Amino acid sequence: MSRIVGIDLGTTNSLVAYMDHGIPRVISARDERAMVPSVVSLTDNGLIVGDPAKEHLTRNPERTVYSVKRFMGKSLADVQGELAYFPYTLTEKGGVIRIQLGEKSYSPPQISAMILKELKLRAEAFLGESITKAVITVPAYFNDSQRQATKDAGMIAGLEVLRIINEPTAASLAYGLQEKTQGTIAVYDLGGGTFDISILKLKNGIFEVLATNGDTHLGGDDFDQQIADLFLAEIRAQYGLDLSTHPDHMQAVRLEAERTKIRLSSELKTTASLDLPDGKGRFTRELTRDQLDGLCTALVERTLGPCRLALNDSGLAPGDIDEVGLVGGSTRMPLVRQRVRTLFGKQPHCELNPDEVVALGAAVQADILSGGTTDMLLLDVTPLSLGIETMGGVMSSLIRRNTTIPASAKEMFTTYVDGQTGVDIHILQGERELAKDNRSLARFRLKVPPLPAGVPRIEVTFLIDANGILNVMAKDMRTGETQSIEVKPSYGLSDQEVERMIEDSFKFAADDVSARKLIEARLDAGALIITTEKSLADGGHLVSAEEADTIRAAVATLTTAKDGTDPRAIRARMADLEQAAKGLTVAMLDDSLKQGLQGKKVSEVTQE
Amino acid sequence: MRLRGIFFSLSERQSMNAHTHSTDDRCENTDDRRELQMARSMCWHCQSEMAGEYFCDRCVKVQPVSKDLDYFTCFGLPRRLALDPQTLETKFYELSRAFHPDFYQNKSDAEQTISLGNSAMLNTAYRTLRDPIQRAEYLLDLEAGSVKDIRTTPPADLFEEILDLQDTLDEFRASERASEHASTLRTKLHADRAVLEQRQRDMEAQLQQLFSRWDALQDRAEVTEQARVERGRILKDMRDILSNRTYVKNIVNDLVATIA
Repeated sequence: MSRIVGIDLGTTNSLVAYMDHGIPRVISARDERAMVPSVVSLTDNGLIVGDPAKEHLTRNPERTVYSVKRFMGKSLADVQGELAYFPYTLTEKGGVIRIQLGEKSYSPPQISAMILKELKLRAEAFLGESITKAVITVPAYFNDSQRQATKDAGMIAGLEVLRIINEPTAASLAYGLQEKTQGTIAVYDLGGGTFDISILKLKNGIFEVLATNGDTHLGGDDFDQQIADLFLAEIRAQYGLDLSTHPDHMQAVRLEAERTKIRLSSELKTTASLDLPDGKGRFTRELTRDQLDGLCTALVERTLGPCRLALNDSGLAPGDIDEVGLVGGSTRMPLVRQRVRTLFGKQPHCELNPDEVVALGAAVQADILSGGTTDMLLLDVTPLSLGIETMGGVMSSLIRRNTTIPASAKEMFTTYVDGQTGVDIHILQGERELAKDNRSLARFRLKVPPLPAGVPRIEVTFLIDANGILNVMAKDMRTGETQSIEVKPSYGLSDQEVERMIEDSFKFAADDVSARKLIEARLDAGALIITTEKSLADGGHLVSAEEADTIRAAVATLTTAKDGTDPRAIRARMADLEQAAKGLTVAMLDDSLKQGLQGKKVSEVTQE
Repeated sequence: MRLRGIFFSLSERQSMNAHTHSTDDRCENTDDRRELQMARSMCWHCQSEMAGEYFCDRCVKVQPVSKDLDYFTCFGLPRRLALDPQTLETKFYELSRAFHPDFYQNKSDAEQTISLGNSAMLNTAYRTLRDPIQRAEYLLDLEAGSVKDIRTTPPADLFEEILDLQDTLDEFRASERASEHASTLRTKLHADRAVLEQRQRDMEAQLQQLFSRWDALQDRAEVTEQARVERGRILKDMRDILSNRTYVKNIVNDLVATIA
């Protein structure tokens, strides 16, 4: 079986990991950190991802997408309240958000697919083999639409998503592997945009999730926003400047807020500093950790409610928890650690890098699926109750929240009117009494043979698979025939749309490759021009004036080619320049080696 | 060893099914039943005679758990209401390792489908048997073929109390929350809640006694008329208390939600 990688597709950063002889490891590109910022930017040279894209947040804010995870499986109405914070343009088509980048619009799964592709490339370059299979993590509290959107993103990126796994449980696998823990553990996972709490029982290699809860809209981004709002208000008061009309400065404020927050995890006070537009100079402000805590207390408190609910659902008291594990970059904040310690009455664990532990766990799960690890088994739960709308707009629950998955429920349907040929079924997810207060997952029409009322008997099976994704099957109990059901997702891409996006991604892949080649050629050309100019300055006297002129002419030609769009032309002019500068290079080498080699010429040395 | 144990209890189950069949009105017709039993006795893959329960002895392929298999049999447990949670958990973990889709990733589509179905069934079985009340309701269902009895009127001995409580609740809902009157009502509701919760505990104690009597009767395995009548009585009493308990529990939940 080909290798399966584990991917943590995060709100702020993403990582890919693999299993190296029983030890999970994250993959980093040459000389770079393992984390790839979950940022995609449309530049003049095409779409770019990760660290280079992050630089465009302030340079090119309208065309640089960050925190796209917040929009996965969502409609525009769901995120109305925070649209003002995002500098890029969001629209909606068929219940799915679209992000405008230049002339085209992309669905959140397409943007996520670009990040996944970058991780796939990294893994392929590092492992030296083609990667087509992955385990991708999602917040435990993600609903069906959000999980499906993540799976779609994988498919668009050319990955077969063998499993969608919950982030806190993935982390528990990594922790469990390390510590060989037994007992009851709580995993508190506060990331860039989402919060999860999971309570697990670990026994003889079985990781049984007892309960999970969370908030898919609460994370480090929200802390940054608190700080940014403070800065913006003060800038307005002190300088009469409204930065909301300067998207680039808004991004600078957000990024400085993030850096300030990070510094305050290790320092008690720090100074934030920002360039202001319109020649207004710099804004500087000292912020203490106490002040930061004051800004964030209400948000941190919001994580405690889900913790208590999860404890309650698992029938446990805080004192019953043997160990608490911290996951996600936001758990580095001292305030968060202190609140968690107070709630559970014990010091939380943070031995593993909270940024990497989820990806490491995903790699462990990938190894379980490929048959490498056989002693560990994760039994996860569905985070939200699943039901259908019944008469009077009430939700009738079929599978309760925190039910171990895979889970199934059967429901028998019949007709109320003679000759009725269909029954409409509306599938919901959530904990509220009324259908309208819950998340609409999908609607479908059950086909029924025309018979007297009450005679048809159609058994519908709702099955939540090990990914936490719903599958629906129907069977006519009179004929024993199964019926295929076309489920129309309420907030998701249809199968046809995903198909088309996969095709598009192949089409763009060709463009992407040439764009990449162009970028690389330009970078290499730039480097060559700089070294050649330096050589000319340092050793120009070692060659004849004509030779120096030829080199200068070649530099000029290459500079022109570099501004063009043909990577092959750039490479050809680079070769020309290298040829023209050969004499100079040799002369400089000779010069520097003169003493060491007692006057021997390099040409002589190499001829020997 | 494990497989043999299950095999024996399976034959035990078949005789029980024959016994309860006439009262089980939700059951498919006899033809369907026979077909399922037939399907069970043959491996779906190599068509050889099935001796093992979950895996074919010859080709080692996983077999779909029969829809007819009751949860007790599935766990290799006797049909008793007292049950050791440790044994149940151990068995659940063991069967999870046998069925979970994680271990079927490299197998055929047919095996993956069976693994998914078996896991889902196993999870339902574990959830049902783990909780004493759900376990008793399930056993009642198996033994007496009754669906859960949903009561819409208060139990006779609680009739007056419940009607009073409903009035107080209505009055409280209509009252000004900050008023003194509301505060008096709230105090009364708290007292009512305590009474009802005590009532719930009493019913649970009664159920425990019935559970023990049931188990003892099953252990003796007498086939006398007297034993048959006794069985019937215990089942009826259990059903009454279970439905009263559910009724009271719903009232308490409503009360808690109102005064919260």
